[in-house]
Amino acid sequence: MRDLFVEIYESIRRNKLRTVLTGFAVAWGIFMLIVLLGAGNGLINSFGQASGSFASNTIAVYPGRTSEPYDGLQSGRRITLQDQDMALTLGPSFAAYVDDITPTVGTSVTVVRGRKSASGYLEGNYPSRLDVEKIKLRYGRFINENDLKENRKVVVIPERLGENLLPEGRDVKTLMGERLKLNGIMYRVVGITASDLMSSDNLMFAPFTTVKKVYNKGNDIDDFTFSFHGLDTEEANEEFEKTYRAAINLRHRASPTDNGALWLENRFTQNLQMSKARRVLNIALWIIGLFTLLGGIVGVSNIMLITVKERTHEFGIRKAIGASPASITKLIIAESVAITAIFGYIGMIAGLAACEVLDKTLGNRTMDVMGEQIAVLIDPTVGVNVALEATLLLIIAGTIAGLTPALKAARVRPIEALRAE
Amino acid sequence: MIIELKDVNKTYFGAQPLHVLKGINLSIEEGEFVSIMGASGSGKSTLLNILGILDNYDTGEYWLAGKLIKDLTEKQAADYRNRMIGFVFQSFNLIGFKTAVENVELPLFYQGVPRRKRHTMAMEFLDRLGLKDWAGHYPNEMSGGQKQRVAIARALITNPRIILADEPTGALDSKTSEEVMALLAELNREEKVTIIVVTHESGVANCTNKIVHIKDGVIGEIEENQLHNASVLGAGSIMK
Repeated sequence: MRDLFVEIYESIRRNKLRTVLTGFAVAWGIFMLIVLLGAGNGLINSFGQASGSFASNTIAVYPGRTSEPYDGLQSGRRITLQDQDMALTLGPSFAAYVDDITPTVGTSVTVVRGRKSASGYLEGNYPSRLDVEKIKLRYGRFINENDLKENRKVVVIPERLGENLLPEGRDVKTLMGERLKLNGIMYRVVGITASDLMSSDNLMFAPFTTVKKVYNKGNDIDDFTFSFHGLDTEEANEEFEKTYRAAINLRHRASPTDNGALWLENRFTQNLQMSKARRVLNIALWIIGLFTLLGGIVGVSNIMLITVKERTHEFGIRKAIGASPASITKLIIAESVAITAIFGYIGMIAGLAACEVLDKTLGNRTMDVMGEQIAVLIDPTVGVNVALEATLLLIIAGTIAGLTPALKAARVRPIEALRAE
Repeated sequence: MIIELKDVNKTYFGAQPLHVLKGINLSIEEGEFVSIMGASGSGKSTLLNILGILDNYDTGEYWLAGKLIKDLTEKQAADYRNRMIGFVFQSFNLIGFKTAVENVELPLFYQGVPRRKRHTMAMEFLDRLGLKDWAGHYPNEMSGGQKQRVAIARALITNPRIILADEPTGALDSKTSEEVMALLAELNREEKVTIIVVTHESGVANCTNKIVHIKDGVIGEIEENQLHNASVLGAGSIMK
């Protein structure tokens, strides 16, 4: 083993520049692979954060406008959802899948506190909304069952809106328990939600029953969200959505296939598509990285061919004094693996370092996309498993790169090799 | 009988097939000091390559130390070369990036001898050939005569049955040539090593005890030369 390393060291020492240039290609290849995978992970993680704030198996139902004439009615008619639509959803037709339903009904309001005021949207909600939308509370509580039963006039406001109502420098926490005037009606603040990247700054919550009664909404509701189970594939979901859409559409005298009349936002299929997109992105990055690395491998293979040609006479001498073809093959492959591994490792370390730099710089930066703050890259690094995979890849790559030249060297007959100069 | 050739034929198939060896019959006893002499193109180098298992022959039989050398795999051939044959070449064929002692060690490396032991042995052989102080030098730091002595040390280190020398003095001046031939003669006399020298110089051939003349791929006269007076150009000197 030691002899082999000495031989490799001597050979590399005699061709420093050539080895370094070739090694650079390998290092570059693995560097690109690691950085690409790291950046890709960062991108995937930021997708994940953006979509991760919703429960995963719910369908949100929003009303729209009809896009085709049906049953004697023209297209472009506005649909309004009603209590009956919820009853239909919970009814026997869909009982096998639908678990729980939470409607919302809302109205635009002006919030007044002393001399300060702000405009916002008051949404009547159920307690379960907290989990479905993954709302983050900073202080206090969300709407509870008693609020609903007693039609209490309580409100949960966003942190940012609270700040706007307070004089400069006063802690938003002090608003807890205070009364605010919403369109002339007094509400007591029971909770304050955290303002983060994904939440709206002017969306307030009150009990569903309160909003419905106070603002005289009758049977009408804004939208509703229901959770479901037993729909595990994209096809099953599509099939369900088709049947469901037809049922609701018909109740509003719209064509059963009219996609404009009703908007269905299925978090489950969105997540499915997201994870599919993640896989595809990951595979694409590996392929790009591997092709970059391939350039390096071809370089090593090339350099080994030249080495073999240069050393033909030496191999002839070795064979004459008793070197077996296998020992010559071993020598070349070992050298190839050594070059690939050493420079590959340098590239890998550099790649990991670049990922860390990326994490420290772009990792915490956010981008303004259509009024929302989106993190560009979150944790753009690769794990230990990728490093191990890359190591294995390098050894295989080195062997492949050395194989052809090594076999070529082993095949030359000693008599011909001795004649070569 | 260490070497026995029976009706060995060899043809090079090129654009024009060339029948180089035309039925060679030759026997060499253990401990002999023989030269194979012929002009260039006579087939003497081909014969030496076959004797050294560096090349194949087409028909006939080649027995080396009681073993038929025919249709060997590369691995077997390498093994026989390693254990039974020591080579001395005209151009020395030392590996340039290895020191004298590393060059001498190399055949032992391919036998799997541990590093320390082969170093000790190589130093011993270099010492015997008076090159102890040159052990750490690279070939390009040595004179032709020194290089050839390193090559001889390398040939001897595996304790082979025969030494094959292909024009061993071809790249040396006459004084050094005489020294090298004297060294080979001494090895033959003292250590009883079988030595076969291929040459086109009658002066070199005259140093050996038996001269095999080869011409156009056929063995001609076999001259006994115990008295070393065969050379028409006079005994005891090598003309350059």
